[in-house]
Amino acid sequence: MTIARKALVWGLFAAGGTLTSFVFPSLIALFLLIASGNTPVGLEYGQIHAFAASWMGKASLFGVIFLALWHAAHRLRVAAHDLGLRVDGLVASVLYLVAALGSALAVYYLVLI
Amino acid sequence: MGTRQIELEVMRYNPEKDEAPWFQQYSVPCEEDWAILDALIYVKDNLDSTLSYRWSCHMMVCGSCGMTVNGEPHLTCKTFIRDLPDKVRVEPLENFPIERDLVVVLDDVMQKLQLAKPYIIRKDDPPPEDEEYPQSRAALKKFKQYTMCINCMLCYSACPQYGLSNDFIGPAALSLAHRYNLDSRDQGKAQRLDILADHDGVWECSFVGACSEACPKNVDPAAAIQQMKVDGTMEWWKQKFGLTGDKP
Ligand code: SF4
Repeated sequence: MTIARKALVWGLFAAGGTLTSFVFPSLIALFLLIASGNTPVGLEYGQIHAFAASWMGKASLFGVIFLALWHAAHRLRVAAHDLGLRVDGLVASVLYLVAALGSALAVYYLVLI
Repeated sequence: MGTRQIELEVMRYNPEKDEAPWFQQYSVPCEEDWAILDALIYVKDNLDSTLSYRWSCHMMVCGSCGMTVNGEPHLTCKTFIRDLPDKVRVEPLENFPIERDLVVVLDDVMQKLQLAKPYIIRKDDPPPEDEEYPQSRAALKKFKQYTMCINCMLCYSACPQYGLSNDFIGPAALSLAHRYNLDSRDQGKAQRLDILADHDGVWECSFVGACSEACPKNVDPAAAIQQMKVDGTMEWWKQKFGLTGDKP
């Protein structure tokens, strides 16, 4: 026997979970700071835009978006199973497809920046 | 010390006579310091000698008196009357076939414990005579928690995944494997992961955490399984790149 391919699925899921648990709270904090007129030095629109326009920035943003979507898709798949929805093939296909679509759109829009 | 009258509602099932399990009521005068197990012993000794249940040590060591008390898996030797209402329902552990009354068939999990290869595996087997494999206190600390398991199987009874599919290897067997994987003297991690990170192994766990809540010995099987998922993922990449995952 060998280790199941589920290792890959889970690895991306775990990476996405770990990443989003750091990135998303920071994003919310940043949003609140900016909304209340306390934009942190170095994080003005122009600077963030410049970061997002660089290839490094695009790559990191894609990484975060892709992993977050994958994480959400996999979590929902497992939750559906736990809640008694026993059509794993269909659920998995739909959810991963949505995640893939989201990732593809992310690529499209990131390239446009 | 006073006594308290407890209405015990006990699930009965005799496969030779009964078509389905049913409930029998017993009114038991319980001492304040009794556990549910004492009440069952009272029933057996004084009210109904046909009642079947397992127990041995009455001190949380043997792991054989696990039952479902008011809907939750417990060791009946440490579930005290003083913490319970006047009416108590006692059923066999969930997720297992009933052998008779409160006794369940544990063959399935006994086999699963074997899958974990719960012994030290060395490459230099048999090990050289007169040689010892010393272990530091820090190294022992890493896995000591997982050695506390008494095979009571409350975790399997609590696990929704095992309830859905008996193919899932399950909490106690997986944390037992993790105990040996973490042992500094052991070299069998890759071998174990080959079996335990396969389809019915660690990935079936959706991290509900019910096993760790049910465990009377604070083993925390849920944590062991998540750590094994990380190990399994590393091992998967190692296999992909043709590296062996064995410890040196
Ligand atoms: S891990 Fe805990 S609940 Fe599970 S069999 Fe061992 S002692 Fe019992």
